[in-house]
Amino acid sequence: MKLRSALLGASAIAFLSAGSAQAAGDLFFYNWSNYFPPELMEKFEEETGIKVTLDVYDSNETMLAKLQAGASGYDIAVASDYMVDVMIKEGLATKFDAKSLENFGNVAKPHDTMKYDPEREYSVTYLWGTTGFTYDAAAVDGELENSWKEFFEPREEFRGKIGALNDEVEMFNAASYYAGVEKCTEDPAEAQKVLDILMKQKPYIAVYSSEGTIDRMSAREVQMHMQWNGAAHRTKESIPEAVFVYPKEGLTYWADHFVIPDGAPNLENAKTFINWMMKPENAAEASNYAGYMNSIKGTGEFMDPSLNADPAVNMPEEYADLLIPSQNCSVKARDLRNRVWTKLKN
Amino acid sequence: MGNIIRTKRFWLVAPAVVYIGFFMAVPLLQMAYVSVLERGDYGGVNWGAFSMDAYISFIFERDLMDNLVVNTDYLQIFVRSFGLSAMTTVFALLLGFPTAFYISTQPQSRRNFLIFLVTIPFWTNILVRNYAWMLLLRNGGLIDGALNWMGLETGGLDVLYTPYAVSIGLTYTYLPFMVLPIYASLEKLDHRLVEAAFDLGADKRRAMSRVILPLAAPGIAAGCILVFIPCLGAYVTPELLGGGKFMMIANLIGSQFGAARNWPLGAGLGFVLLALVLISMMVYSFKFKSLPEESR
Repeated sequence: MKLRSALLGASAIAFLSAGSAQAAGDLFFYNWSNYFPPELMEKFEEETGIKVTLDVYDSNETMLAKLQAGASGYDIAVASDYMVDVMIKEGLATKFDAKSLENFGNVAKPHDTMKYDPEREYSVTYLWGTTGFTYDAAAVDGELENSWKEFFEPREEFRGKIGALNDEVEMFNAASYYAGVEKCTEDPAEAQKVLDILMKQKPYIAVYSSEGTIDRMSAREVQMHMQWNGAAHRTKESIPEAVFVYPKEGLTYWADHFVIPDGAPNLENAKTFINWMMKPENAAEASNYAGYMNSIKGTGEFMDPSLNADPAVNMPEEYADLLIPSQNCSVKARDLRNRVWTKLKN
Repeated sequence: MGNIIRTKRFWLVAPAVVYIGFFMAVPLLQMAYVSVLERGDYGGVNWGAFSMDAYISFIFERDLMDNLVVNTDYLQIFVRSFGLSAMTTVFALLLGFPTAFYISTQPQSRRNFLIFLVTIPFWTNILVRNYAWMLLLRNGGLIDGALNWMGLETGGLDVLYTPYAVSIGLTYTYLPFMVLPIYASLEKLDHRLVEAAFDLGADKRRAMSRVILPLAAPGIAAGCILVFIPCLGAYVTPELLGGGKFMMIANLIGSQFGAARNWPLGAGLGFVLLALVLISMMVYSFKFKSLPEESR
C-alpha cells in the first residue's frame, strides 16, 4: 500500500513537472468541434515545435459563458462575427494588431476588414460560410423555388421529413427574412410574425438538431435540412442529388474568426499560429477539411477541386446580393427572440 | 476520553463535510447571488447591481404598453417537466417493483448476479445510451424493422422525436435507481412475516398489499425520489429523443445561459426548481413518516 502511494506521488510529481517543462511551447486552442483538420495540427506542431491542446465547444454562447466565468487559459478561440463584437466590448479579446503579422498581406478582400473589428486589431477570419437549406432532389418532381417558403411552408413531399437547426439565432433569422422583418427587431408585433411562421412550420419538422445534420440527410431520415453550406457540401458526398438553396429572401453570411482571449498564457505562440494559418497551403487544408471557404488569396491550387466546383461552397456570383451579415442584436431584441423560441418549444 | 473519540470521529468526516460544503454550498450561494443581479448587456451579470427581474419575469412579462401581464410560458415548461417526471416515475415503479421483487426471491448467488446486470447500463455514457435508443426507435430502425418483418405493417413507427420517446428514454435511464432501493428493502424483509400472513388466512394479493408493500414502502419512496428528481433536470434526453421540439426545465435554463445571455433568469429558474423540489420533498417525507407507523 505504501509503495503504491509512493509511486502515485512520484508519478504525479513527474506529470506536473512535465507540464511546466512544456509550458514554453504550448498552445491552448478552443474551437468548435470537428472544425480543424487533425493533420494540419500535427503539421503545425512539426514545423513550429509548439504543442497544441484542443478543447471544443458547440456554440458561440458556450464559449462566451466559459470565458466570462473566468475559465481562460486559452490562447486561441474561434468566434463568429457578433461574438467578436461581444468579446471586444467585454474586454475578453486581446489586441494583437493582426495587420502587423507578416502574412496578413495574404488576406483577401473583404476579409481584411470586418464590421465589428474594422482595423483587424483583434481578429483574423478563419473560415466563412452561409446558412441556407439543403433538399434531396430525388424526393420531389421538378425543382424547388429558391425561397425560404419551401422550408417554412413545405410541399406535401417534405412534410414531416424536415430537419431544422436547433439554434434560436439561425432559426429566428431565417424566419425573419421570410417574414420580411428586421432580424434584430425590437417590435413585438414583428416578432409575433416570426413566431407565427415558426409555429406553422413546427408540425412539419421531424427534428430540431444542429448536430449530425449530414448523417440525418445521408440516412434519409429527413429529406430537407437547414444547414451550413459546408455541411451541405459534405452531404453531397453521400447524396449527389442534394441541392443547397440560396433563398431569394436572403440568407445569413457568417464568418468565424481567430481571437486571442484576454490573459492568454502563450501570446507569442498564438500570434505564430495565426500567422501560420494565413499561409495559402494551410488555409486551403482547413477548407478542404471543413468544406467552408477561407479568407486567404492564392489557395486555389491547394484546394480540393470538388469544393471549387460545388455551388454550395464556391457561391455563384449572382447570389452575392442575397448575403446578409450576422448581427449582434440588442438586449431587447434578444429577449424577444428568446421568448419566441421559448413559445415555439412549448 | 469520550471527547477525544468524538474529535477523532469529527476528523474522519471532516473531509467529506468540507468537500460537500464547499463544492455544493459555494456554487449554490453564487447562483443565488447571480439570480438577484442585473444582467450584463453581453451576457454575464453586472456585479453589485441588484434586480429582481429574474423572478418577476418567471411569471410576468411586459406587454406593448410596458404593463406587467401574466406569462405562462415558463410555468408551462415547469408543469410539463413535473408531469413527464411523474409519468416516468410511475412507469419505473411499475417495471421496477416486480423486478426487484423477483430478484429478492432468488437464491443469494443468483441475486448478486442479477443486481450486477441491473447496474450494467451505468457503465455506458448517457449520451451513448440515448443515441442507441434513437437507433432502436427510429423509422426503419431495429424495432420498426422487426415489427415489419413479423408482418405488422407499421408504415413507420413514428415514435422517435415525440414525448413518448422522451418518456421511454427517461424510464430506461432511471429504472436502476428504482430497482436498487426497492430491492434493498425487500432483501431485508423477514419472510416469516409473509408466511404468518398466509397462516392467518391471507391470500397472495392480501399478503402483498398488507405485508410486503408496507414493508417495502421506504424503498419505494426512496426509489420514487431518486427517479423523480433527476428526471426534472433531464437535459440530453428531451434534446435527442424529443427532437428538440419542446423544452424541459433544464433546456430552458441552458438556453438562458446560452443564446439568450440572461444569466439571472437562468439562475432564478434554477432556484425556483430547487425550491419546488425542496417543498415537495418536505411534504413527501412528512407524509411518509406516518406510513410505517400504520403498518406496525
